Amino acid sequence: MSAIIIRQGLVVGEHATVVADVLIVDGRIAEVAATIDAPSDAREVDARDCWVGPGFVDLHSHLREPGREAAESIESGARAGALGGYCALVAMPNTEPALDNVALVSFVLERGARTPLDIAVAGAITQGRRGELLAPMAEMAALGVRIFTDDGVGVQDSSVMRRALTYARPLGVRLAQHCEDEQLAAGGTMNEGALSGRLGLVGRPALAEELMVMRDIELVRMTGAPLHFLHLSTGRSVQMVLGARDEGLPVTFEVAPHHFTLDEGACASYDPVFKVHPPLRSPSDVAALREALRRGVVDAVATDHAPHAPELKDLVFDEAPAGMLGLEHAAALTFEALGPSSDPRTFFQVLSRGPARIAQLRADDIRVRHSAHGAAMVSGEDANVTVFDPGSRWSVDRHTLESRSMNTPYDGRAMSGRVRATIVKGRLVVDQGLLT
Amino acid sequence: MIESIRGRSLLSLDDLSKEAIVEVLDTAESFVEVNRRSIKKVPALKGRVVASLFFEESTRTRLSFETAAKRLSADVLSLAVASSSVKKGESLRDTIATIDALGIDAVVMRHRSSGAALQVSRYVPHVRVINGGDGQHQHPTQGLLDAFTIRQILSERHDTTGLESGASLFEGLRILIVGDIRHSRVARSDVAAYATLGAEVRLCAPGTLLPEDVKTWPVTVAGDFDDALAWADVVGLLRLQSERGSGAFVASLSEFTFSHGLTVERARCLKSDALIMHPGPMNRGVEIDSRVVDSSRAVVERQVSNGVPIRMAVLYLSVAGSREG
Amino acid sequence: MSNDDERQARTRGLAFTAKSQLMTADDVTRAVRRMAHEIVERNHDVASLSIIGLQTGGRAPASALASILAEISGQPVSAGMLDVSFYRDDLSRNPLVTSSATNIDHDLTDRTVVLVDDVLFTGRTIRAALNALSDWGRPRAVQLAVLVDRGHRELPIRPDYVGKNLPTSPDEAIVATHEGVWIGTREPS
Repeated sequence: MSAIIIRQGLVVGEHATVVADVLIVDGRIAEVAATIDAPSDAREVDARDCWVGPGFVDLHSHLREPGREAAESIESGARAGALGGYCALVAMPNTEPALDNVALVSFVLERGARTPLDIAVAGAITQGRRGELLAPMAEMAALGVRIFTDDGVGVQDSSVMRRALTYARPLGVRLAQHCEDEQLAAGGTMNEGALSGRLGLVGRPALAEELMVMRDIELVRMTGAPLHFLHLSTGRSVQMVLGARDEGLPVTFEVAPHHFTLDEGACASYDPVFKVHPPLRSPSDVAALREALRRGVVDAVATDHAPHAPELKDLVFDEAPAGMLGLEHAAALTFEALGPSSDPRTFFQVLSRGPARIAQLRADDIRVRHSAHGAAMVSGEDANVTVFDPGSRWSVDRHTLESRSMNTPYDGRAMSGRVRATIVKGRLVVDQGLLT
Repeated sequence: MIESIRGRSLLSLDDLSKEAIVEVLDTAESFVEVNRRSIKKVPALKGRVVASLFFEESTRTRLSFETAAKRLSADVLSLAVASSSVKKGESLRDTIATIDALGIDAVVMRHRSSGAALQVSRYVPHVRVINGGDGQHQHPTQGLLDAFTIRQILSERHDTTGLESGASLFEGLRILIVGDIRHSRVARSDVAAYATLGAEVRLCAPGTLLPEDVKTWPVTVAGDFDDALAWADVVGLLRLQSERGSGAFVASLSEFTFSHGLTVERARCLKSDALIMHPGPMNRGVEIDSRVVDSSRAVVERQVSNGVPIRMAVLYLSVAGSREG
Repeated sequence: MSNDDERQARTRGLAFTAKSQLMTADDVTRAVRRMAHEIVERNHDVASLSIIGLQTGGRAPASALASILAEISGQPVSAGMLDVSFYRDDLSRNPLVTSSATNIDHDLTDRTVVLVDDVLFTGRTIRAALNALSDWGRPRAVQLAVLVDRGHRELPIRPDYVGKNLPTSPDEAIVATHEGVWIGTREPS
């Protein structure tokens, strides 16, 4: 395999940053040094004024295959991910049919293997994601599945969730929860509050999320099993999980860029592109999430990339499906939220190292078929590297996205920071902001 | 804040200023006169095309709007979409594009989803959109005709005219709204109109039928129904839909009548000159006793007959007020 | 200042600035009286007349004419007010003016209607009035009385009775009331 030399970027290690060259040979980081004499046939990547760090890992991508390929396929999702700086994606199981058995998990893994990225799979907790009977987690774990979730909905029945945690614990896998009590959420379409009342839309109260967060923290305490909280959207949810973590409970959480960038006010236009579960929240919730990011207490940023075919987002707000795209802008939005003078280590921590640990894709995790992610940026490690240009200014055009769908809430928005290059398993997949 | 609906769509009363609302009421006065002539027609919208697009069935409101358009000499395209084979999930965009191809100046629409009128107005910004009711959000012409009816009756009593009184008769006027406010677009439009015009508005309903965010509304919530009835100059009743009274929000229709129905007994608490209003259709025996309906204080017929002049005023200001394209 | 003009001016965000006064209140009173005599001269049977003032500028002149005619003839004279806002064909040029009431309490059939307005300019208001009248009945004849004819007709409309002929340029403005007649300009206020 040919070599890649990344020139003069700010290499972001786990503990220190240094301007250096990075040489990649045969899928591994060969050398990191102030200047490197690269082989003549090495592909050069100019990383001056850029950050060079471990490739991003998304804990939460809806790749829609099987069942809704009009919106996205594993292949198109992987391409979108690569442009966004991602070297690994965890594919969510709410496909049609759901990924609740080895046959379907194998299908996705096999399709994923044809893409340049590492596509990991999250299996369903319950059969058909119906929240009643446990899915065969042990069988799926043998294929390498390390995360299980019914995402799209949370497990409503407390006894089922307790059993699932108890069962998962000895398997060394992690459950992940979409926290929303469906009864309290009452079929609502936006955050419950003064605005939802004025707009005549049924609201999903913050308590619907927070109540399940509370419950699951206690179930973790009871069972000792680890749990990852998906897309926490309120300040109170984050506060509760941080408290539980401080107590030593094995809980982690992610936040999605739309929850720390947009607030419920966007729904006043009734444009279904802003419809998402859990919904866009109040400005004070957005501020709380941004504050947590800046303080460095967030475990992971995850995109919750949710493509929907254009005609579906053309419906009235009530009838349109929930979800927005995320892979191609998460890095820029995370960079903006952290602030221009932020420590690049925080950036790579939430986009790469944190998620790699939760997904069990690090070098010292037992992986089946996937390479190692969340590198410390030292020689010998698998070469999953992202080059990020914090000075780049661009704007989003929903017609030129790599995703098959167009439901981005940021159409026309000016963005700060862009991925310049993505190297996956030693291969230059994105260079100068374009797929190679 | 919108100062006038001239040349604009009418989507919600929430955004209208007092002047904008009074302008509609004043314009409607002239159309009341037109509706009394033997030839109830003026050429103001001659050559214009008004489409009525009712995704949710409502014979009365649709006929009221279509009559208004015809009396303005507009050409009317009537699309009873609800009765066609449109299934749930049909793109609004496609329906509108079809109509737009026919060169319409204005569309009057009713839809079961909140915000549908605004979404349509974004697809066809050159077309005036008149919201005939969208989900639980707003029913602007109902709010306007309710306000107009109140002004009409009170100005007769005070021996003045609506035009002369402007909004003055609403200053400090005590208006009570009773019933399923939570799910009512009429309530939202009424409250917007009355509060903007300067009235003091109170709401009375079982707890589950009050909106979640009622603390942010320009109203007070009345605790005791009888006290509220004695306080009010105007009582607006809302229809309780039978599905709401089947246990989820209220145990039963008779339970609702027990706690918040305007029975003959309760009607005795009212001031002798209080007005009783209802947007229709009424559930006689549920929110209002038949005998109370038929009593002289009920002004429901006036509300119905004021529907056409108000809708003529809205169409006239909105459509005739726009630059010819 | 003519209310109609004033309202039109206000609507368009324009304010009238007088340059000079062309007729005093006395001049106007004399002109109206003369017109009343001309009306009687031409239409011997005052009882068959209907003096209809156009809202809102023709209101005052119409009632002045009606009362002078009643005085001269010794009989009551039928009168009324006509609002023409809904009949205008130039809505795109002139923004909407909030309409006032139409009040005609007698049958116009077989009568001679004398339309009365303050200022005759393009003639479009009168054309709208003729349209409106046709919804009220079929008069035997329609005549036109105006305080001021300022020229610049865009339609074949001519007045039968004129208080004063005043040549103007199109960008000048005229205000005519019982208090007098002024010429001036309209500027954005």
